[in-house]
Amino acid sequence: MSAATLGLYHPGSTAVHRMSAGSKLAAMLIAVVAIVLLRQWWQLAIAAGVVALCYAAARIPARVAWTQLRPLKYFIPVLVVLQLWLANWQTAVQICGTIVLAVSIAALVTLTTRVTAMLDALSTVLGPLRRVGVDPERIALLLAVTIRCIPLVAGIVTTVTEARKARGLGFSVVALGAPVVIRSLRAADTLGEALIARGADD
Amino acid sequence: MTTIHFDAVSHSYGDRRVLADINLTLTEHSIGIIGANGSGKSTLARMINGLVEPTSGTVTVDGVNVSRHGREVRKKVGFVFTDADTQIVMPTVAEDVAFSLRRSGLSKSEIADKVQATLRHMGLDEFPDHPAHLLSGGQKQMLALAAVLVRQPQIVIADEPTTLLDLRNARIISDMIQSLPQQVVVVTHQLDLLTSFDRIVVIDGGRVVYDAAPSHAIAFYRTLVDEGLRQS
Repeated sequence: MSAATLGLYHPGSTAVHRMSAGSKLAAMLIAVVAIVLLRQWWQLAIAAGVVALCYAAARIPARVAWTQLRPLKYFIPVLVVLQLWLANWQTAVQICGTIVLAVSIAALVTLTTRVTAMLDALSTVLGPLRRVGVDPERIALLLAVTIRCIPLVAGIVTTVTEARKARGLGFSVVALGAPVVIRSLRAADTLGEALIARGADD
Repeated sequence: MTTIHFDAVSHSYGDRRVLADINLTLTEHSIGIIGANGSGKSTLARMINGLVEPTSGTVTVDGVNVSRHGREVRKKVGFVFTDADTQIVMPTVAEDVAFSLRRSGLSKSEIADKVQATLRHMGLDEFPDHPAHLLSGGQKQMLALAAVLVRQPQIVIADEPTTLLDLRNARIISDMIQSLPQQVVVVTHQLDLLTSFDRIVVIDGGRVVYDAAPSHAIAFYRTLVDEGLRQS
């Protein structure tokens, strides 16, 4: 699993990279809401141009940008066909364009913002919840661990799949699921120990 | 050096007793713990920073009871796990080392300085923004060690830190651990990595069966293994 497929930080020192995580998240929210409100194809085209300029300003290579959008390649064609069948081409362009642009904007934020900066911003936003007993640091930690578990579980799935292939066994959801769940639970135990050992409960 | 003290320590997982009446005082700089799989050595190591609490008896670090003051002790005791992958939390190298200082109360610039210095010391300063899970096995273990050392612990515990590594990386990690100014306690099966340690404790069946300098302790352990093979 590559860094890009995880939406990881793409190092850089551009103005986009230097913006604070809070500013970028706020800008993302405003931009996505604005895009959802667009109704004409030419408005979406202008918005797409602006997003492309932002990617260029952040010096994100086209290959990395495409990796972020690649998961949509299965979803968008189905949606286009569905909209053409149920509505018209204008609606298909509006809905699909909105989704692609929203994902592109979110991807730009994750590519130019370190996870720690995101977590700090999240802790700040959730700060007022301390009054009702919520620990924002814990929520930030939860998100960090969730992000971390994606490659960890993907690695476990790969290992189990390879082990089954090596033994000449075919694909089976049950036979794959059981060892993956067991190994994931073991990894979760060790990760929990590691978090304690690293002072996450200080 | 710090004093780690085990006083009549026993531990059971359910009905299975893994440690029985352990009495040890560890004051040397480098201490190796060896024994067969399931002998209780990893449980012993985990007790030093409170990841496992004794069923009976007490473990103290510089007189502080680990069971009662786990958080306080863990600030002094760093722990390196066998599989670095499960110890790495953050997506990039620098972020993962910085994660160890997240609740330290230090400013962002102080954390950045400490992270940079630690990465330089560990030879990882070329990879600060590299995805941590894409490092090589040796680099991952180096990162796990960096994440421990950035907290400047007084004791470093390592539970089979070289088991998943090739010989070259095992040597590098082992040399790095042994060169630390901190007191180090290493659990390992790789006996040749322990020859220059100060003290070796041999655990068998949950008990300390030998406790001496490396040459004698390793020879004893080899004899123990040979006898076990002859009897089986």
